[in-house]
Amino acid sequence: MLKQIEGSRAVAEAVALCRPEVICAYPITPQTHIVEACGEFVKTGQLQNCEYVNVESEFAALSVAIGASAAGARTYTATASQGLLFMAEAVYNASGLGLPIVMTLGNRAIGAPINIWNDHSDAMSMRDAGWIMLFAETNQEALDLHIQAFRLAEQLSCPIMVCMDGFILTHAYERLEIPDQAAVDAFLPPFVPRQALDPADPYSIGAMVGPEAFTEVRYLAHDKQLQALEVIPEIHQSFKEQFGRESGGLFHTYQVEGAATVVVTMGSLAGTLKDAVDELAQEGPQVGVISLSCYRPFPRTELRHALEHARRVIVVEKAVAPGAGGVVSMDLRMALQGVDCYVKTVIAGLGGRPVTSPSLQSMLRRALKGELADLHFLDLNRGMVDRELARQRRGIATGPVAENLLKDAATHGAD
Amino acid sequence: MPQTKLDELSDQQKVKFYQKGTFTVGNRLVDPDKRDVQASQDRSNAITSGHRACQGCGEALGARFALDAAMRAADSKVIAVNATGCLEVFSTPYPETSWQLPWMHSLFGNAPAVATGVQAAMRAKGREDVRAIAQGGDGGTTDIGFGCLSGMFERNDDVLYICYDNEAYMNTGVQRSSATPPTARTATTPAVGDAPGNVFGTGKNVPLIALAHNIPYVATASVSNLHDLEAKVQKAMSLRGARYLHIFVPCPLGWGSAAEDTIKVARLASECGLFPLWEGELGVVTGSDPIRKKVPVEDYLKTQKRFAHLFKPERDEERLAALQRMADHNIERFDLLREDKEPAI
Repeated sequence: MLKQIEGSRAVAEAVALCRPEVICAYPITPQTHIVEACGEFVKTGQLQNCEYVNVESEFAALSVAIGASAAGARTYTATASQGLLFMAEAVYNASGLGLPIVMTLGNRAIGAPINIWNDHSDAMSMRDAGWIMLFAETNQEALDLHIQAFRLAEQLSCPIMVCMDGFILTHAYERLEIPDQAAVDAFLPPFVPRQALDPADPYSIGAMVGPEAFTEVRYLAHDKQLQALEVIPEIHQSFKEQFGRESGGLFHTYQVEGAATVVVTMGSLAGTLKDAVDELAQEGPQVGVISLSCYRPFPRTELRHALEHARRVIVVEKAVAPGAGGVVSMDLRMALQGVDCYVKTVIAGLGGRPVTSPSLQSMLRRALKGELADLHFLDLNRGMVDRELARQRRGIATGPVAENLLKDAATHGAD
Repeated sequence: MPQTKLDELSDQQKVKFYQKGTFTVGNRLVDPDKRDVQASQDRSNAITSGHRACQGCGEALGARFALDAAMRAADSKVIAVNATGCLEVFSTPYPETSWQLPWMHSLFGNAPAVATGVQAAMRAKGREDVRAIAQGGDGGTTDIGFGCLSGMFERNDDVLYICYDNEAYMNTGVQRSSATPPTARTATTPAVGDAPGNVFGTGKNVPLIALAHNIPYVATASVSNLHDLEAKVQKAMSLRGARYLHIFVPCPLGWGSAAEDTIKVARLASECGLFPLWEGELGVVTGSDPIRKKVPVEDYLKTQKRFAHLFKPERDEERLAALQRMADHNIERFDLLREDKEPAI
């Protein structure tokens, strides 16, 4: 059914269609509307046989999810930003225990300075936690990925983070196709856990493992991610057959065939990028776009194959690893070893800064001329940075940086 | 059940219930319906032998009695969630396990929340006959797991939480927790300087904090009174909603007490007033175990090397008096020297 609907609510509807048995909720912007809607569905009876637990922290949210999943219940929660960091210990625990929890991450920056707007810093902080990490490009894909996620998680017994850009997707209203219950039921079989806490068949779950087997446990976690590289395209295909839509898979390509320059990105930025390269194509060569829908596991071989004819790869990413550069770029450089191309990193959209088509086009023009630095910060206010650096050179006790910059911005405007 | 000769003997002698655990009257002298779960051959042995607890471990003893009693009360339909700690480590060294019930360990600070999840799953599946128990040491309960514990209480989730209190982080090598008593020596409160051992803070009485959540049931118990402990588990399991049981479990290793004195040390803790045994429902204290033979706190303190600096090289009269005041305050608060020597419970 077509509906004009907010991204968050659409995700909540998708989750409800998956018949979760336990949902844990803790509010954090910008995922809050998702769990609010889930709570409403449980209260009104739209979602039945589901326990909705309002918890006291994100750490508890995922911990309740861990207990519920270990007891054999299909379990869902959502978080963002600081919330993800607050539950970090449980994030690793859920994957270590192989519990197929599905969690939405409404991507948002991490403080300090406190900032509630979108970037991918939160997701990047947990990239090695053993979760499968899917990124939605659109709200339709966010909705669809949740339905796929439960099937994938339960098939592999692995938790999944479905990442969607905070505000840009979570708060955007669009016309979306909401599947009907029968179609979702046909696509998503009932949850049969690999292990469950059951008095009739008692297991001990979460035993201490020493050096004699820890490497093997971790290897198997890696192997599970490699299995996901095969299962995700299968589920993508099966979803297409069931629902008649392209959603998910490992990554999406746009005009990549024959393109010497390809931009790689994740999330909603892909839409703006596609517009930017199309406009740019009127004056120069066609630039391709790849948007990753699966970030963990990192589809190394598949990306290498897709990019084997590219000579310039530009990764536009919404997180920075201070002192190192771009995280996705590092992964991609590993994937492209031996391919005759260079990989440039563009950091964009931090803390909700709009990433505009003109900015992207101007960056791409420089890239095509070979003028782009290895690590480029899109729309960086150089004057503001230089003035603060100058203040710091003058003395040590120069005060809090964030406040200095805000004062600077008030004084100098947006020059 | 037909009366045996021993039962008749028991009737004739009118064995006082309170003698149990005090003068170690054997189960065979007690009415069959008053015999403890451990006396039964069909006890579940929830935590079975072969685990790696130290000699004289109070926690292993307390956990066995508590869980077997809970198993009997719930027709063996119990799922246990364990916080990280001694009990978790000594019971499940991979690939072995001592647990004969479904058991799960997730993290140090989340056992109450994980148990909430287990209980929510059971409710969603219409399996409310399966009961969730969470357990942890004092560090996992009164410190790092405190947020999750309070959340579980406040929602009144159908979970029995059992804290095995040995008054420090024993698993990591005897460091101070918020349950460590003032003056006690731990690895992070060494017995050096002007005021050796732990500081006199304000204290953190988690059973009373639990009571302040107005949950259906709160009790303290001790391995020195195992019959009482079982009765409290039974009572807790007869109720639904959030329940809290705080069990005093001496740790010979961390306390520097003799392994064979675990029960004696625990008994002295209650008899001197430092660890009062009481229970409460819905925010109100409903009963306590009166002290039959009051002893000064130093009788208790002297059994443990962690308090040795209070007596050597010279007596620390000021701080001994402060500890005695703590005990006296408990005695007054729970009216532990009242005339009726029968336990009110």
